[in-house]
Amino acid sequence: MEAFSLLLHGFAVLLTWKTLALMLVGLLLGVFVGVLPGLGGPNGVAILLPLTFTMDPTAAIVMLSCIYWGALFGGAITSILFNIPGEAWSVATTFDGYPMAQQGKAAEALTAAFTSSFIGSLVAVLLITFLAPGIASFALRFGPPEFFAVYLLTFCSFVGLGREEKHKTIISMALGLLLAAIGMDTVSGQLRMTFGLPPLLRGINFLVAVIGLFGISEILLTMEERLALRGHSASISLRVIWNVWKDLPRYWVTLLRSSAIGCWLGITPGGAIAASFMGYNLAKRFAKDPSTFGKGRIEGVFSPETAAHASGTSALLPMLALGIPGSGTAAILLGGLMVWGLNPGPLLFVEHKDFVWGLIASMYLGNIVGLIIVLSTVPIFASILRVPFSAIAPMIVVSCAIGAFAIQNAMFDVWLMLLFGAVGYVFKKIGIPLAPFTLALVLGNRSEDAFRLSMIGAGGDLRVFWSNGLVGSISTLALILLFWPLIGRALHTAGRFRRPVKT
Amino acid sequence: MSQREDEIVVDDPGAPEEESPALATTRSVEVGVYLLLLVVAFVLGFDNWRAGIGWAPDGPRPGYLPFYLCVILAGASLYGLAVAFLKRGEAAKTFVTRDQFRRVLQVFVPTFLFCLLTEWLGIYVASFLLIAGFMRFVGRIAWWKCLLTGIVFSVAMFVTFDVAFDVIMPKGPLEAAFGF
Repeated sequence: MEAFSLLLHGFAVLLTWKTLALMLVGLLLGVFVGVLPGLGGPNGVAILLPLTFTMDPTAAIVMLSCIYWGALFGGAITSILFNIPGEAWSVATTFDGYPMAQQGKAAEALTAAFTSSFIGSLVAVLLITFLAPGIASFALRFGPPEFFAVYLLTFCSFVGLGREEKHKTIISMALGLLLAAIGMDTVSGQLRMTFGLPPLLRGINFLVAVIGLFGISEILLTMEERLALRGHSASISLRVIWNVWKDLPRYWVTLLRSSAIGCWLGITPGGAIAASFMGYNLAKRFAKDPSTFGKGRIEGVFSPETAAHASGTSALLPMLALGIPGSGTAAILLGGLMVWGLNPGPLLFVEHKDFVWGLIASMYLGNIVGLIIVLSTVPIFASILRVPFSAIAPMIVVSCAIGAFAIQNAMFDVWLMLLFGAVGYVFKKIGIPLAPFTLALVLGNRSEDAFRLSMIGAGGDLRVFWSNGLVGSISTLALILLFWPLIGRALHTAGRFRRPVKT
Repeated sequence: MSQREDEIVVDDPGAPEEESPALATTRSVEVGVYLLLLVVAFVLGFDNWRAGIGWAPDGPRPGYLPFYLCVILAGASLYGLAVAFLKRGEAAKTFVTRDQFRRVLQVFVPTFLFCLLTEWLGIYVASFLLIAGFMRFVGRIAWWKCLLTGIVFSVAMFVTFDVAFDVIMPKGPLEAAFGF
């Protein structure tokens, strides 16, 4: 029950007018960002991060995480009304959501999407509340070798479990780790890969790279496509909400299954995208009449949305407990922690109780308030899409530039952002995944430090990574995951669920 | 088609044509990227080799880990090249068509100019020029709307960042004239 009293303390931290106002602003901005094409959760959070530099960390994380919840909610609006997924994780929502809108049941579909998002998040937040403190206190016993083993596990699981071609994941990760190593070496003080350029002395800032990779490149990709759209507008009445909610108990199996899938894939680097497809495919597989899926079935909205939200939320669990982000957005929030002067990792739960429990409390409150906001303001957000993209695109570019500049007050970073924008565009089009790059860039220095500290401690003996049961089993697990594609051929059939079905 | 009351329709007059000729295939771009990555791996690897890639008594020297990352990067790029080479008989996927590339440049070139102008004019004037110019010349929106949007957005950004949140942005002669 300790978690419960700490949670109450978190709510007490949260309940000030300023924090609540920031929460509301965050949620509205988030839904806005989620609805707009060419901007998603990670970019929205990255671009708006500079706004929080002068806030205290708790207010800052509450606002940023609310942007994230808002974006998760917003993605569903365009999928259902316009058949355009605002986010990659809402692709599966279009399969049944758009047909429902065509049949004039847009309000039902939206209510179902928002409600199931809420349920998915709630399950994940409960998981975080009761699991994260335990994991963190367990991890307090970790020394550098254990931490390095955990980082290795993260990297290896990306390579081994990712759905992309292996060599592309490896390229992306190696490049991220290399760029993270640019600048002053933290152990010896020697300069590395700076080539005499003064701006490189500080190294390449992770957030600048993220703004370029996700913000600018996304604009370039969006411009390539035909931006004309045609869809439905909808408003949700209390009657519709009641009708959907009173049917909810009938779908408890679907909701529970999707939540479980989402939580699992959120903690491991499967991500919200894989979770939403897997949730949808499993719901279809276990249904009595699978052929009605794709024709406007409400379960086809429930299952992917619950899974995507559960996954998006539970991705924060490893970030809070271990300092290892479970998703791109979590990686950016982690970057934020460092900017605010907090050291991510298990010590957070000991040293910054206000921060951690304020954040966890804000997950509960943010999701409830978010649900109310989206249910009541859908028509406004749907009409944002009437604004021509040629007005939105330059505004996003300016926001990106402001964000990139503000991080270190350096014009060099704005140019770097532009370069990363071009790189991100090309990488996305040839299928080199960006998530491993982001993760490697944010964890690069920490993992290298952990490695070299363990080497100094062990006198340069690599066997330190198998020196006791704990570190040995993590290291072994990491290697197993790295070679999982070779080991797990026999279990390959299970992977079928993670790919989109042809409809 | 008649427009129903509950429909939202947005047109895109400058949309890329479906049958615009391809400028490059995905495979050729992939090969180019792998070659570039090989160069990057080589240059960075050389620098790390100079920093010391040995194993001192207390563990790896500064260049050790980055050097082997370069080796991994080069290896993965070579593997990618080999895959691309083996698949050369298969049907080519289009990387970008001419129309699409034109649209991408329509964003990229103004963004580049915007960054350049920021160096001299400050970010707020540059963003006004970018927004108004982009809406006018790419979006073909009426002049007054472009100018108004540009001014409102730039002023809003100025108030949000420089005044409300104390985040200092690059400023130019115009802001100086107002005493900021």
